[in-house]
Amino acid sequence: MAYEVVIGLETHAELSTVTKLFCGCNTKFGAEPNTQICPICLGMPGVLPVVNKKAFEYALKAALALNCTINRYTNFDRKSYYYPDLPKNYQVSQNYYNLGVDGFIIIEVNNAIQKIRIHNVHLEEEAGKLIHPEEAGADYSLIDFNRAGVPLLEIVSYPDMRNIAEVESYMQTLRKIIFYTGISDCKMQEGSLRFEASISLRKTGKKKLGNRVEIKNLNSMKSVLKAIEYEISRQSELLNRGEMIERETRLWDEIRGRSVRMRSKEEAQDYRYFPEPDLLPFVIDEKWMCSIKDTIPELPLERKQRFVASFQLSDYDADLLTEDKMLSDFFEECVKVVNLPKALCNWIINDLLREVKEKRLDIASLKMKPEQLASLVGMIDDGTISNTIAKEVFSEMIDTGKEPKTIIEEKKLSQISDEWQIIEIVDKVIVSHPNAIEDYKKGKKNAIAFIIGQVMKESKGMANPKIVNEILKNKLKVLD
Amino acid sequence: MSISSKDIEYVASLSKFELSDEEKKIFASQLREVLLYIEKLNMLDTENIAPLIHPFNITNIFREDKLEESIRREKALSLAPATEGFFFKVPKVLE
Amino acid sequence: MKLLSFTALQIKRKILSGEIRATDIVNMLFERIFKIDSNIQSFLTLDEENAFKKAREIDKKVANHESVGLLAGIPIAVKDNICTKDLTTTCASKILKTFIPPYDAFVVKRLKDEDSIIIGKTNLDEFAMGSSTENSSYKITRNPYNQNFVPGGSSGGSSAAVSADLAFMALGSETGGSIRQPAALCGVVGLKPTYGRVSRFGLVAFSSSLDQIGPITKDVSDAALLLRVIAGKDKNDTTCADINVPDYLNGIGGGVKGIKIGIPLEYFAEGLDADVRTAVDNSLKIYERLGAKLVEVSLPHTEYAVAVYYIVANAEASSNLSRFDGVRYGFRANNIKGIDEMYCRSRSEGFGNEVKRRVMLGNYALSSGYYEAYYLKASKVRNLIKKDFDTVFEKVDCIVCPTSPVPAFKIAERIDNPLEMYLSDIYTIPANLSGIPSISIPCGFSREGLPIGLQILTNYFEEAKMLQIAYSFERNTDFHLIKPKL
Ligand SMILES: [Mg+2]
Ligand SMILES: [Zn+2]
Repeated sequence: MAYEVVIGLETHAELSTVTKLFCGCNTKFGAEPNTQICPICLGMPGVLPVVNKKAFEYALKAALALNCTINRYTNFDRKSYYYPDLPKNYQVSQNYYNLGVDGFIIIEVNNAIQKIRIHNVHLEEEAGKLIHPEEAGADYSLIDFNRAGVPLLEIVSYPDMRNIAEVESYMQTLRKIIFYTGISDCKMQEGSLRFEASISLRKTGKKKLGNRVEIKNLNSMKSVLKAIEYEISRQSELLNRGEMIERETRLWDEIRGRSVRMRSKEEAQDYRYFPEPDLLPFVIDEKWMCSIKDTIPELPLERKQRFVASFQLSDYDADLLTEDKMLSDFFEECVKVVNLPKALCNWIINDLLREVKEKRLDIASLKMKPEQLASLVGMIDDGTISNTIAKEVFSEMIDTGKEPKTIIEEKKLSQISDEWQIIEIVDKVIVSHPNAIEDYKKGKKNAIAFIIGQVMKESKGMANPKIVNEILKNKLKVLD
Repeated sequence: MSISSKDIEYVASLSKFELSDEEKKIFASQLREVLLYIEKLNMLDTENIAPLIHPFNITNIFREDKLEESIRREKALSLAPATEGFFFKVPKVLE
Repeated sequence: MKLLSFTALQIKRKILSGEIRATDIVNMLFERIFKIDSNIQSFLTLDEENAFKKAREIDKKVANHESVGLLAGIPIAVKDNICTKDLTTTCASKILKTFIPPYDAFVVKRLKDEDSIIIGKTNLDEFAMGSSTENSSYKITRNPYNQNFVPGGSSGGSSAAVSADLAFMALGSETGGSIRQPAALCGVVGLKPTYGRVSRFGLVAFSSSLDQIGPITKDVSDAALLLRVIAGKDKNDTTCADINVPDYLNGIGGGVKGIKIGIPLEYFAEGLDADVRTAVDNSLKIYERLGAKLVEVSLPHTEYAVAVYYIVANAEASSNLSRFDGVRYGFRANNIKGIDEMYCRSRSEGFGNEVKRRVMLGNYALSSGYYEAYYLKASKVRNLIKKDFDTVFEKVDCIVCPTSPVPAFKIAERIDNPLEMYLSDIYTIPANLSGIPSISIPCGFSREGLPIGLQILTNYFEEAKMLQIAYSFERNTDFHLIKPKL
């Protein structure tokens, strides 16, 4: 029996503001438990929220970057449910007038472009952290409220995805876009980017959607994909056995690689949304919206396509470059200095990225400046140094941030292009390797490679290979 | 709008109240009376009337993204019915 | 004893002139409290230590001719749903029995900055839910004019205290008449400011879109003084308006010549007690004699106000009170097993019946499938009620009407009939729903010798005009001077 898989994703991203959404508490990650709390984020009696302007504008920026229609009149609503990490037992969120609605993002799945629609984008407050002690027989849980009240962006997609590949591309693309806009650090390991999936199956060709199952507790993109695969097979088995799919919420168990029921439709929560009376509504005028629009940078896909078009980079290279905004910014800076996009691209995605990974460097704060890499590549191009030398200079630049010229002078690395100097060396080599010359005369043409090698060795790699080649060829002709 | 004992049990669970059968009976009848009284609103046509959430319309009030002092952890924890180390403590929450 | 019956302004003058020391006043006051409050039961917490500390401070300042605040040396009582730093704040509920706020409400900070002397916290209906102060988990406050009668509510403690000369002024809070109705029933002045005139920060929320803090005083001038102190912008309450605060005492004596007074027919319908009606009619005659013009007006949606109120107020309350869960502060039930048992038992043991009733009604009105039929419908009718006032205030300067349809009723008389109790707020609720200011002043007594209140309403932020109109009545009558016999 063939089924069509229908997948929708809910994404939560913590906004990287200095303070929380409704109070002046610090949002820094990894602080001592319960040291970033105040009466407001603890939901004490009589306290009131005041909205963080930065958080609101970040959310607006994201909504625009995700091509949403902005609700010119928007406000907050209360979403009520009891949970010990939720101080007021209601979450201040948005329901009736979401900040952004009906957006979309463009994803690429094996080189085909595809549109995934965004249902809505809204701003809400983060909950605290529950800790469940491991020790046997622990009959209690502990709460750290440092995260409670951190501004959270929720992005709800339409159920537009049909397979794992699309889901993966959606997550990657969305992550890139959010990261490019600079509103969140998107660190999944720190929980600042999280996904929840809802999956339903329907007989191929059928219009009506099947009952959807929501899956929570997915703390990496891998587990999202694994959980969805598991769910697809679970549901199709049930359907094949002629059983009904129940509408429910399931929790993914990473260790056992399976999901377990959390609550069924009957137990579905009644959130009792109503407008937050402690906060006044917001009106977003053209002027404000445009000023936020102006802060949105060129987004990954556009940038990639521009790289391919105007620098003749391969799709693959452009992808690698635009993976990280910093990296592609670095590249653009270089190109401004020397117009050698292909060479620069190779240096960046091979040498630079390798160094960054090995030495755990942060591209934003590299010692080596784009202009420096540019001039290095320039010197290779004009023959001042060879590739081999360049590598040596490069690793020095990464560590010290010195100008390539300085390094070359200090180490006397600049290439020998003076013919007489090279002829001297060549003669020396010919004299000291008579049998190689013999072999060459006997017709062993590859002996020449050995001789060139010796010349380079003699010149500590600084002889200009092109010139060495020509001189040697002439010499050997003479010997013939 | 009459309110059944099932309704009462439902709102009690939403409200996190534990009610005796006696209480359920009393509350049900009292709520029934009030809801009956509230019915009178349906005599009004509010088709083209906007809801009034706030008495008057001020909009776009914000604070800047600036740190303000929090309260000391000891102080916060001292108000709690149960704590453990640096944490607030509650009965086991099953995920 | 005479001194204690002075108004706040009078006692302040005596203290500043050096005629008497604040310390002596505080001393006398506590003596009287210990003597009389065992019958009245208006206080939940007394703060002698800090009261005397502050009094000595004032006396020192006065002696050294240092500058002092606007409320220098005035002993004041604060309703116990307003947070006071390091002083228990219970909302008259078991669930907050031991709660000591680590912060001051905005208004309390203002009181302290202006050198008033906070003597204690007063009784109320639990979480301000009630009209008789019988719903307190700790004590039933009694009406100083007749202790078999209720003082009204929910600010019954504050009203009774001021009425019985146990405090020179007090803070109350309103959601549907909780300042004006007890003020009327206790023969004192009660003022509900425009919504947004006074910061709600530190007022334990009942209904966020209706709650306001206001003065309960012995006369109109004291109300003007206290309002000036507590009103104004607060960066911690975004629903608090950034509109400058005048000195309300300025021009309070301007009189009512040429003032147009609207008389809403709907407020003189059946259900209005005969004695109240007479008192109000006489008051209107007085205004006429003072040169005001009486104009009949109509507020056609008045009859829907109570219904709207019980949906909106309780919907918000059901959510505002969900934070009392026994996790971060307040009461937690003993030997509980699961988390849900902790919630249910702590809340069931911690809250009284009226709170439970209202929270359940609110949750019902918001629960899935009912939001539109109840909350949204009510919010629309709320708009109609506001529009009624907008229209009337195009024609008149103010509206004058009874504060409460009846004088104080007997203790326990209405407690088992919620709806009847709710209906006693019928004349006060519309001002909360629309957000306009309103004041209640003494205007007579019933045959049983119980006080009757006259209500004056004006347009948004027209407290100055409202006080002027109230003052001119007070200056030409002496109902406010007739004290309970204690
Ligand atoms: Mg959400
Ligand atoms: Zn905080």
